Amino acid sequence: MSSAGQIRKKSFGDRKILSGAVVDSFVKLDPRTIVKNPVMFVVEVGAVLTTVQLVWNAVHHAGQIGFGLQISLWLWFTVLFANFAEAMAEGRGKAQAETLRKARAETEARRLLPDGSTEVIVSSALRAGDEVLVCAGEFIPGDGEVIEGVASVDESAITGESAPVIRESGGDRSAVTGGTRVLSDEIRVRITSNPGETFLDRMIHLVEGASRQKTPNEIALNILLAGLTIIFLLAVVTLQPFAIYAGAPQSIFVLVSLLVCLIPTTIGGLLSAIGIAGMDRLIQRNVIAMSGRAVEASGDVDVLLLDKTGTITLGNRQATALHPCPNITEVELASAAQLASLADETPEGRSIVVLVKEKYGLRGRELAAHNPTFIPFSAQTRMSGVDMDVHEIRKGAPETIAKYVAERGQEVPAEILEIVKDISNAGGTPLLVSQDRRVLGAIALTDVVKGGMRERFDHLRAMGIRTMMITGDNPLTAAAIAREAGVDDFLAEAKPEDKMALIRKEQAKGKLVAMTGDGTNDAPALAQADVGVAMNTGTQAAKEAGNMVDLDSNPTKLIEIVEIGKQLLITRGALTTFSVANDVAKYFAIIPAMFAGAFPQLGILNIMRLRTPESAILSAVIFNALIIIALVPLALRGVRYRPVGAAALLRRNLLLYGAGGVIAPFFGIKLIDVLLTYAGIV
Amino acid sequence: MTANGWFQIAFYLLVIVLLTKPLGIFMTRVFNREKTFLDPILRPVERIVYRLTGVDEKHEMRWTEYAMAMLLFSGVSMALLYLIERTQKWLPLNPQNFPNVEPGLAFGTAASFTTNTNWQAYSGESTMSYLTQMAGLAYHNFASAAVGIVLAIVVIRGIARKETDKLGNFWVDATRCLMWVLLPICLVSSLVFVSQGVVQNLKPYATVQLIEPQTVQVTGPDGKTTTQTVTQQVIAQGPVASQEAIKEFGTNGGGFFNANSAHPFENPTPFSNFFQIVLIFAIPSGLTYTLGRMTGSQRHGWAVWAAMAFLFFVGVTTVYWAEARGNPLLAGTDQRASALQSGGNMEGKEVRFGIANSALFATVTTDASCGAVNSMHDSFTPLGGMVPLINIMLGEVVFGGVGAGLYGIVVFVILAVFIAGLMVGRTPEYLGKKIESYDVKMAMLAILILTFTILGFSAIAVVKPFGTSSISNPGPHGLSQVLYAYVSSAGNNGSAFAGLNANTMWYNTSTAIAQLLGRFFMVIPVLAIAGNLAKKKIVPESAGTFPVTGGLFASLLVSTILIVGALTFFPALSLGPILEHLLMLAGKSF
Amino acid sequence: MKKNLIIAVWFTLVTTMIFGLIYPLGVTGLAQLFFRERANGQLVEKDGKLVGSRIIGQAFTGPGYFHPRPSAAGTGYDPTASGGSNLAPTNKALLERVKGDVQKLQSENPGASIPVDLVTTSGSGLDPDISPAAAEFQIPRVARARGIHEDEVRGLVKKYTKDRDLGFLGEPRVNVLELNLDLDQHPPLH
Repeated sequence: MSSAGQIRKKSFGDRKILSGAVVDSFVKLDPRTIVKNPVMFVVEVGAVLTTVQLVWNAVHHAGQIGFGLQISLWLWFTVLFANFAEAMAEGRGKAQAETLRKARAETEARRLLPDGSTEVIVSSALRAGDEVLVCAGEFIPGDGEVIEGVASVDESAITGESAPVIRESGGDRSAVTGGTRVLSDEIRVRITSNPGETFLDRMIHLVEGASRQKTPNEIALNILLAGLTIIFLLAVVTLQPFAIYAGAPQSIFVLVSLLVCLIPTTIGGLLSAIGIAGMDRLIQRNVIAMSGRAVEASGDVDVLLLDKTGTITLGNRQATALHPCPNITEVELASAAQLASLADETPEGRSIVVLVKEKYGLRGRELAAHNPTFIPFSAQTRMSGVDMDVHEIRKGAPETIAKYVAERGQEVPAEILEIVKDISNAGGTPLLVSQDRRVLGAIALTDVVKGGMRERFDHLRAMGIRTMMITGDNPLTAAAIAREAGVDDFLAEAKPEDKMALIRKEQAKGKLVAMTGDGTNDAPALAQADVGVAMNTGTQAAKEAGNMVDLDSNPTKLIEIVEIGKQLLITRGALTTFSVANDVAKYFAIIPAMFAGAFPQLGILNIMRLRTPESAILSAVIFNALIIIALVPLALRGVRYRPVGAAALLRRNLLLYGAGGVIAPFFGIKLIDVLLTYAGIV
Repeated sequence: MTANGWFQIAFYLLVIVLLTKPLGIFMTRVFNREKTFLDPILRPVERIVYRLTGVDEKHEMRWTEYAMAMLLFSGVSMALLYLIERTQKWLPLNPQNFPNVEPGLAFGTAASFTTNTNWQAYSGESTMSYLTQMAGLAYHNFASAAVGIVLAIVVIRGIARKETDKLGNFWVDATRCLMWVLLPICLVSSLVFVSQGVVQNLKPYATVQLIEPQTVQVTGPDGKTTTQTVTQQVIAQGPVASQEAIKEFGTNGGGFFNANSAHPFENPTPFSNFFQIVLIFAIPSGLTYTLGRMTGSQRHGWAVWAAMAFLFFVGVTTVYWAEARGNPLLAGTDQRASALQSGGNMEGKEVRFGIANSALFATVTTDASCGAVNSMHDSFTPLGGMVPLINIMLGEVVFGGVGAGLYGIVVFVILAVFIAGLMVGRTPEYLGKKIESYDVKMAMLAILILTFTILGFSAIAVVKPFGTSSISNPGPHGLSQVLYAYVSSAGNNGSAFAGLNANTMWYNTSTAIAQLLGRFFMVIPVLAIAGNLAKKKIVPESAGTFPVTGGLFASLLVSTILIVGALTFFPALSLGPILEHLLMLAGKSF
Repeated sequence: MKKNLIIAVWFTLVTTMIFGLIYPLGVTGLAQLFFRERANGQLVEKDGKLVGSRIIGQAFTGPGYFHPRPSAAGTGYDPTASGGSNLAPTNKALLERVKGDVQKLQSENPGASIPVDLVTTSGSGLDPDISPAAAEFQIPRVARARGIHEDEVRGLVKKYTKDRDLGFLGEPRVNVLELNLDLDQHPPLH
């Protein structure tokens, strides 16, 4: 289910995003904006201070002009780079919102009046509770529920999936989204949202980041960063008296440089970009998270509740065996089953054709000569088949076929009834095949576990996540599938209330539960779950209850969502660690540079052997600014997540971002120092 | 450095390891109100104490009430100490007829002993009556130690309990701590000390005739030097051993005499010295085991222990190395270690302890927020003196003060877990408790207060005449002296670069404020964390849970302590001890 | 709040009684009972009068006595003013003082290297001990002044040299007061 939809990812190098981000970086210099980010605010204040000092020096011919200018410039760059990172992350969302907005374009709506007639109004005049009529070729004017009729709908504007989907009244496929187009038939829709509050509107808000609020973890991290900033502010402010005592007072340029290098600018500059990018990664996978909190929570999930059907097993059962009547050969049954299914485009129908071809070597035949009339599956008849020449071949559910043959006084043989029962008991679905209203035999449709599920569950287990299969099957069948798929546990003969109870039980143990659901009866459970992913094909109620919507309606995606949540948290942790670890090298660059003049002996701390004090300080400041830009791709892409245990993950990331964070700047600063010296800048 | 020196250090660490478990279990039982072998004797006394004081031992407190009770107790007992100091002249047990203590000094001393700092701007043997020493100062050694320990217990309870706001009863915890944990061991230890030669009497000072009368130069108040003949020696006495035991065991560190544990009457033999440093680390080390036991993660307790032990070992190695190298500026002296002498930098050190035991004691006492000294830190080599300074700067978490070390390191654990915990892809959690913005806020507050106090006061003192005039060692060492004063005060250590004249209006007041801030403004955020953690649910452990056990966690904790604790002070250190060291190597003196 | 305040007052008084009075007085009683001499400071009597404490240093400057280390306690070895010099290793005052002492000692015993403890003050200013090296350094002077044989003095030094406690704790040391008191018992050879 992945085609190139309109809201799919815009590449990082997209010109428009890039230029937009550059402009935004300057707009975001507004102190009222930047004060929300304490770390960058301090940098900006520092930049203002050095700039003022620079101007003062220039006016009073006080020297240090070249050095002061370069420091000031790089401090401004530091702020701009951080702004740029945020703008980049937002830019991608904005581009996506742009596309969505197009889908929201004003359309006309035919509102049903109480007397049964219709009036044409603009879609924005619709209110919740209005009923509209939508025909083939028309856009659905707003979010709503189908209350009458069946139609195929093109939802590609939202999902990017070009194949049309069926929307029908009643049941779990009744929700329609404004901006999607009816391809066939006519439906009556009850509008459920007012203009500006539609799903599309909310999506636009979300991807634009307009309604983005800081998540709990982000707030906590911000407090930590603010605290560290204050600590280093204290360290630098009090350094001046110490320096005065030592007889080596420092200039504003140097002090501000030291401060900016010490405070965690790397993570401070990238923090919001990481958050936005996390949501963005979900959107790229066609999942809309209603809040950043939900994305964070998905990283913490302990238990995944997975519906068996469609998630663990292929959404549709597949034909796995043929059971002919006593006087019928298997080949006869196979042949009839094939003919009955040729026009059946449902996955079940196709699986029958495939089974017959593979098991009995029967290929599709040239039927034109037989003047065939295909009878597609319909909700009324609940059968499909073909009429050719004089023969009437049908296949369908046992009761339907039984009724159908009973019309001609035929009965289903007792042996077949026995087989039907067996198939049902084993958790499969039996189908009967009849020719000329005589039952030929039964087809067994059974669950087939999707490929690669076992590995995924193993990975989840390694991450410490327990998977639980929910199924309406009896315990025996459920156990068999659970074993085959490799889930940790299962809940058989589950009713919607059971799901709810299970979630409550797990939560009482302190666990975080994630689940997917689509039906209205899933809504309470979706609301109760810590992470509830509603399928876009589901009902409006389900979509309202969950905190994420999967536009692809692919239940397996829950696993990816968990990974994205974890990735988001890991990226934050990794860059925080990296940022703090960087300070060691910066000290070794700046402290000896500050005091080498007064105390040449302190030169021994200059372990990087930086050329001059000015070059050392400048190199540290430049490194500090450039590292933000260098890490933008990582912040947007996220640190790669590996499904291994926490201890292994921690070891790896600590080594990479902790130890790496200590070592990297030594090389980085040295390199910049060499380049600066080479270029003759200092 | 000698093999014997290393052996003594290794032997010491071994004894501490062996003590950790039994003491940890004992304290767990005491504070869980389980049965102990001392109950038959102590339980009746405990009941009497509750009856006399009106304590309802069934009552459990929230963190706010607990904090209030703790503050009230500290306040009232501090007031009583002040009162005793100010009236000692009229009170009994004052054989030397010392006058009442001056108000400034009395206040500073009261603050200092209430906060478990025991910073001393006076000489005990010439200022304090026996009553003040016993009922005032030594009593506070008990009281402040008990307060520290019960606060650590509350923090452990906060981690271990779930979905409750009740954390125990301060009065009950304090009583049990005093009677079960502190009293019995102090009783035994003081007798051990007496057996080694620590004095314990209420006699007036003894006057003895010198065998060889001495001619000395005395500089009078008018600045004139006169020659006098000294024929007598007045030997100070007092109830020293009873105070010595709690001074070490409660990591208080306030000496009976000015010279503290360097004084032969406080610390007469290498064995008494060894016994003292064992007492200093005993409770802080044992509490790590209590942490593990009460929270059900013994391996976490040991991981915390290992992080502490690592920092201790690095510290003691550095001091030992620096002091054994000696002072290159002392030309013409033999500073090499041999069978006949320990050599090294012997200024301010006792012959019976030599270099290894002085280095070990200095590291232990500053790691543990004790502040007792058996050698004068001010005369240490720059790097040898920097280690005690850093030990305190780290927040007194390397074993730390009784209780204070444990709750201090919990703050760092929370930060470590928060910074790196994200890297396992879950919002950070510590032993099943989610670490959220409130916890981070309080942890940062605790650290900020320490930094703010130390750097703020030091910065003022080094540029103002009222600060610099007290400096006795010019050059970079002067900065170290001032820094040490505030580091020691805010860290509630109490040791000093004692050349600094701290008995001035500015230093008495500012160090007292630093001590009070460092103790109570650190404790309140920590208690808030405990209260908040206790309310939370426990998230069950899984393979995805951040591991707070093992070497990886221990090294993470060490890094966090070093980066958050030490990096803040690196600029100051580089202008103080580091610069002094480099200048000393270059042959400079001041 | 009010209830806890009342408890705080009573609690302070009750615990002060127990831990501030009963405990130290009890320890005093036990100490006087079991370790009378040690609990009272190991005072030394000579000819019926007190001449010092075995474990508190005392100044000796005459050539016939072993000298203790320099002392920063008061005017030197004043037990009512214990303490070290607190001079930093880079302090000129320290370097000058040591320089002076070194010169004096070199003239006493030319050629011998000067053990560092002989020219540095102790932490207490009351250090009763010197290192065996410092004692060895002084043997020629003492022997010369007293007119007794160096080996006899060396023997006495050995007698008052204490090894490490339990064989490994601390450092070997020589008690100056005890040594000097014993020296006075030894008449000159001639």
